[in-house]
Amino acid sequence: MKKYLSFFQLRFAMGIQYRAAALAGIATQFFWGFMEIMAFYAFYETGAEAFPMSFEATSTYIWLQQSFFAMFTVWLMENEIFDSIQNGNIAYELCRPVHLYFMWFARNIANRMASALLRCFPIFIVAAFLPKPYGLSAPADFMNFLLFLLTLGLALLVTVAFNLLVYMLSFFTISATGLRMIFVSMVEFFTGAIIPLPFFPEKVRFVLELLPFAAMQNVPLRVYSGSMEEGRMMRAALLQCFWLFVLVGAGLALWRIAEKHVAVQGG
Amino acid sequence: MTFKLRKNMGKGLEGRRITGAANGVKLYLHYISVNVRCMMQYKTSFFLTMLGQFLVPFQVFLGIFFLFRRFDRVGGFSYSQVLLCFSIFLVSFSLAEIFVRGFDMFSGMVRQGEFDRVLVRPRNEVLQVLGSKFELNRAGKMIQAMVMFVYGVAQSGVEWDAAKILTVVFMVLGGTGIFSGLFVVYASLCFFTLEGLEFVNIFTDGAREFGRYPFGVYGKKLLLFTTFVIPYALVQYYPLLYLLGRRESVFYMFLPLLSGWFLIPCGLFWRFGVRHYQSSGS
Repeated sequence: MKKYLSFFQLRFAMGIQYRAAALAGIATQFFWGFMEIMAFYAFYETGAEAFPMSFEATSTYIWLQQSFFAMFTVWLMENEIFDSIQNGNIAYELCRPVHLYFMWFARNIANRMASALLRCFPIFIVAAFLPKPYGLSAPADFMNFLLFLLTLGLALLVTVAFNLLVYMLSFFTISATGLRMIFVSMVEFFTGAIIPLPFFPEKVRFVLELLPFAAMQNVPLRVYSGSMEEGRMMRAALLQCFWLFVLVGAGLALWRIAEKHVAVQGG
Repeated sequence: MTFKLRKNMGKGLEGRRITGAANGVKLYLHYISVNVRCMMQYKTSFFLTMLGQFLVPFQVFLGIFFLFRRFDRVGGFSYSQVLLCFSIFLVSFSLAEIFVRGFDMFSGMVRQGEFDRVLVRPRNEVLQVLGSKFELNRAGKMIQAMVMFVYGVAQSGVEWDAAKILTVVFMVLGGTGIFSGLFVVYASLCFFTLEGLEFVNIFTDGAREFGRYPFGVYGKKLLLFTTFVIPYALVQYYPLLYLLGRRESVFYMFLPLLSGWFLIPCGLFWRFGVRHYQSSGS
C-alpha cells in the first residue's frame, strides 16, 4: 500500500507543477461553460416547461463539470502509458516489484486530482459570483454536500478504473488510435458530458443510468444541485460501488492474461 | 533551380511571376500527392482514423438530436434549420483542417528546427508549410456534415434558387477562410512561445462546437463579437437568415465574402512572426 501511496504523491507533486497549462485550462473552461449555459438558455427561453431540471441546477451542473473537467473527462488518458506499451518501455515497468495495475491506478488518480485541484477553485469562485440563474449555486443542503463528496470520490475511482480497462486492452491491440477514439467519444456521450442525462428521453435515460458510464460525473454533479430524487441518490451511489468492483475486476483479469502473453515491442 | 531561374530571366518580371505562380501550384499538387501516397501506406489506420473523425462530431449531432426530442425550437430555429446551419459550418471547418493542417501542427515544426530548413529553401514559406500536411482522413467530418446537410436541405423548407445556392458556396468559402486564418494565428504564436497555445483552440474547436446553433441564439454581446472581431456570424448567422427567407436584401448573401478582411491581420501577424523567428537550435 505504501508503495502505491508514494507513487500517488510523486505524480501529484509533478502534476501541480504545470501552472501555465492550468491557467490556459481555466480560461478554456470558463469560455466553454459560459457558451454551454447560453446555449441551454436559448432552449430555456422558448421551452422552459420542457426543462427536466431548474435552470439554476443546469448552470450549477455545467460549472461543476467545467471545474472538474480534468477529473472526469474520459479521453484525457496518459499517452505515456500507451507509448510505453507501443515502444517497449513497458519492460522497465515490469521489472519493478510493484503490481502494474495498482501502480497505474494510483498514478492516474494522482494526475487527475492534481490537474482538477489546480483548475477548480478559480472557476468555483468566479462562477459563484455570477448573477442568478447563470452562476454556481450552493449545494441543495448539507446532506447533499456530504453525499456529493462521497460520490465525487467514487466517480473518480470509476473513471480511472475504466481508463485502466482501456490501457489493459491496448496490450492486445498495440496501435489502435482510431478505435480508441471511437470508443472513447461514445463513452463520453453516455457519461452526460455533452448533455446532462436528465435531458434524454425517459426510456433512453432509464437504460443509460444503469450503465457504468452514468456512474462517473453524472452522479456527483446531480447530487450536488439536488436534481436527483432522495431515493435515487443512495441507489446511484450503490451502483457506483457495483461498477467500480466490476471494472476493477475486469481490469485485473485482463492484466493477468496480458502479463502472460505480453510481447515487448522493440528493444 | 539555377537553370530554371536563368531560363525565366529573359521573360521579364511579369512572365516570371506567372511561371512562379504556376510552378507554385504544381509544387503544391506534388506536395499533396506525396502526402496522400504516404498516408495510403497505412490503409487500415487511414480508414479507422477517418471513422473516428466521422464519429467525434457525431456526438455533437446526437446531443442536438436528443435535445430536439424535448424542445422544438432554439432561438427561433427548428431542428432541420439547426442541422443546415451546423452542417455548412462543419464543412468549412473540415476543409480548413484538410488544407491548412500544416499550420495547426506548426509547433512541432518550430521545435524540431524544421522551419530552418523551410527558410533556406528558395520557395515561399507559406506554400511549404501548407504542403507539409494534407490530412485527407479529416474528410470523415465532411461525410457527416454532408449527411446532415442533405437532411437539412430537404426538411428546412428553404426555397432554393441560384442566389441561395451561391450563398451556401460563399458561406463555405468564408468559413474556411476564417478557420484557416485562425490556424495561421495559432501557428504564428509558436514563433514566440514554441509551444502551441491550447487556449487558441477556443476559437477554432470551440467555434466548431458552438457553431452548431446560429450565433444569434447566444445573445447580443456574442453576436457583436462574432460580427466584428472574429467574423463567424458573417459566414453563419446572417447568410442563414437570408437562406431561410427571413432577410430579403442580397447584402446578406455577400456578407460571407466580406469576412475575408479577417485574413489580412492573420497574414500580417504571420509575417511579423516570421521576422521575429529565432531558431530553437535543434
